Amino acid sequence: MLKDQDRIFKNLYNDMGSDVDSSQKRGDWVKTKELTEKGRDWIINEIKDSELRGRGGAGFPTGLKWSFAPKEVGSRPHYLVINGDESEPGTCKDRDILRFEPHKLIEGCLIASYAVQAHICYIYIRGEYFIDGQKLQVAIDEAYEKNLLGKNAAGTGWDLDIYIHYGAGAYICGEETALLESLEGKKGQPRLKPPFPALIGLYGCPTIINNVETIAVVPTILRRGAKWFSSLGRAKNTGTKIFCISGNVNNPCNVEEEMSIPLKELIEVHAGGVVGGWDNLQAVIPGGSSMPLVPKKICETLTMDFDALVAEKSGLGTAGIVVINKDQDIIKCMARIAKFYKHESCGQCTPCREGSGWMWRMLERMSKGEATKDEINMLEDVTNQIAGHTICAFGEGSSWPVQGLLRHFKSEIEERNNINPIVQKKNNIPYLIDQHLLDKKNA
Amino acid sequence: MNLKRPAKEQPESFEFNSSSLESAKNIVLKYPQGKQQSAVMALLYIAQKQNNNWIPLAAMKYIAKFLDMPYIKVYEVATFYTMYNLSPVGKHFIQVCTTTPCMIRGANQLVEACKEKISENECELSNDKSCSWMEVECLGACVNAPMMQINDDYYEDLDKEKTLKILDKILKGETPKPGSYRGRVNNEPENNRKTLMDLKNA
Repeated sequence: MLKDQDRIFKNLYNDMGSDVDSSQKRGDWVKTKELTEKGRDWIINEIKDSELRGRGGAGFPTGLKWSFAPKEVGSRPHYLVINGDESEPGTCKDRDILRFEPHKLIEGCLIASYAVQAHICYIYIRGEYFIDGQKLQVAIDEAYEKNLLGKNAAGTGWDLDIYIHYGAGAYICGEETALLESLEGKKGQPRLKPPFPALIGLYGCPTIINNVETIAVVPTILRRGAKWFSSLGRAKNTGTKIFCISGNVNNPCNVEEEMSIPLKELIEVHAGGVVGGWDNLQAVIPGGSSMPLVPKKICETLTMDFDALVAEKSGLGTAGIVVINKDQDIIKCMARIAKFYKHESCGQCTPCREGSGWMWRMLERMSKGEATKDEINMLEDVTNQIAGHTICAFGEGSSWPVQGLLRHFKSEIEERNNINPIVQKKNNIPYLIDQHLLDKKNA
Repeated sequence: MNLKRPAKEQPESFEFNSSSLESAKNIVLKYPQGKQQSAVMALLYIAQKQNNNWIPLAAMKYIAKFLDMPYIKVYEVATFYTMYNLSPVGKHFIQVCTTTPCMIRGANQLVEACKEKISENECELSNDKSCSWMEVECLGACVNAPMMQINDDYYEDLDKEKTLKILDKILKGETPKPGSYRGRVNNEPENNRKTLMDLKNA
């Protein structure tokens, strides 16, 4: 287990209060000026050396992302945008940072803004987190009062203004370009990439977009050094991570742990074990609903980091762990996730808009045993038609959980859905619509 | 995708009252000059708050004029995002999360409770016209599942009995205390905390 002194989010459970004074006691806003005095290149290199990867799901190296920002500010100003549109089922880590560790985030915003030369930072928070956003606003106001924000913020000589922008219940706005569209006051439909936001982003200006957790860990990394951070976890998967353990466990909780921690340890030690005992475990969704589930057999030895999970054809995503035990109907669970994606598709690309509904309806029928045998392969085909054929990663996000189900629980679906197809193979009819021609010939 | 339709009965006109107008003007200042369109989402919220928790078409037209943008763009935004109510809802608007993490911990019990206390179908007003409920997608409090949101507040760690009690209070016009209903503190593991123990006892 990670030592308490190595935990970044010491106030994860709000033992100490989230105001600026108690935050300063646990080390926030201490010598911020000295960090920025070491220069932009030092900051970016330090983050690169720490091998910090984005905590929002994709796991893109943060230092590299920052280095994409133009070195000189031209006629267009730079922007920093913080993605707090946390809507992935199974994930609730950013909410705790917003309400309990707001000063870590605000200080991170200042350092990141300085590094990418932005004078304005927007924090995009999902509309449902209105109360938590208000708490962040209180913290921002405090910071302005203490001259930690605004002109010459925290004595760094850098001017920074932070504004909160509330979303309004669209999952897709967690996608970075959809988030920008939403910030510009349009409907949140993702943009084509390239051009990447680092060059053409918000209002057509260079924009760096990072997750709340990514930015909130930056000040601690700079203070304690990249070496400390990269000594945790394993190479390319360094540092600590907030894991959200939900579902059929005895003590669902958020906990900050070292990367590459065994999944079994997380569930048994921190979450109090699976309801009904470890043997009652059916499957685990390791990284928020869009990551394929892993069955119990793999869970025994699974370690939680980006690369280990990719090797098991899943992903760390946002580290929202949903534990499903044997009392649950796994097909029904996945059908509900498919319904979520059907509801949240933005409707821009046809494969996703139509396909997400198909997947949901097919899975609903499969959970009731009303599907025909051939539909199982058809469902697999539909998922492949969606993944990789859309503008944004929502296509993958919606089809991967279904593919995961088919990969590990196909026999269960087959068992339940035993109906013969309406069109039998032996008739060799390519399309149902030609049935009348065949009938005529046979008559 | 989800489809949203504006209500059939619409008021003739809409205007911000003085307090709405003031907060709207402050919000526009957050964005660069000429980019006032960015404020449309916040202004829709203000209109919704002013107009009993729903947005009439007249408000969209008013906001379009206020921000100097085409009406259809405001309409697009209002119909795209799920948190804008385009037809009347109760003063107490109850949203029950039924996505998988809540579902496997018994979110259907919360739905049953809503059906008993408020109305048979979702998006219908209760008998006294003060409440309405609906099923929504993940509200982002998965470790506190099952949970529901009433207006801005989160009610967490619920079951049917607790939900019935909360709804009773709401129907009586009281405001129940938000947060966890199993007595745990925030998102810590109940009775099983192994981390940051020095701080807990401090």
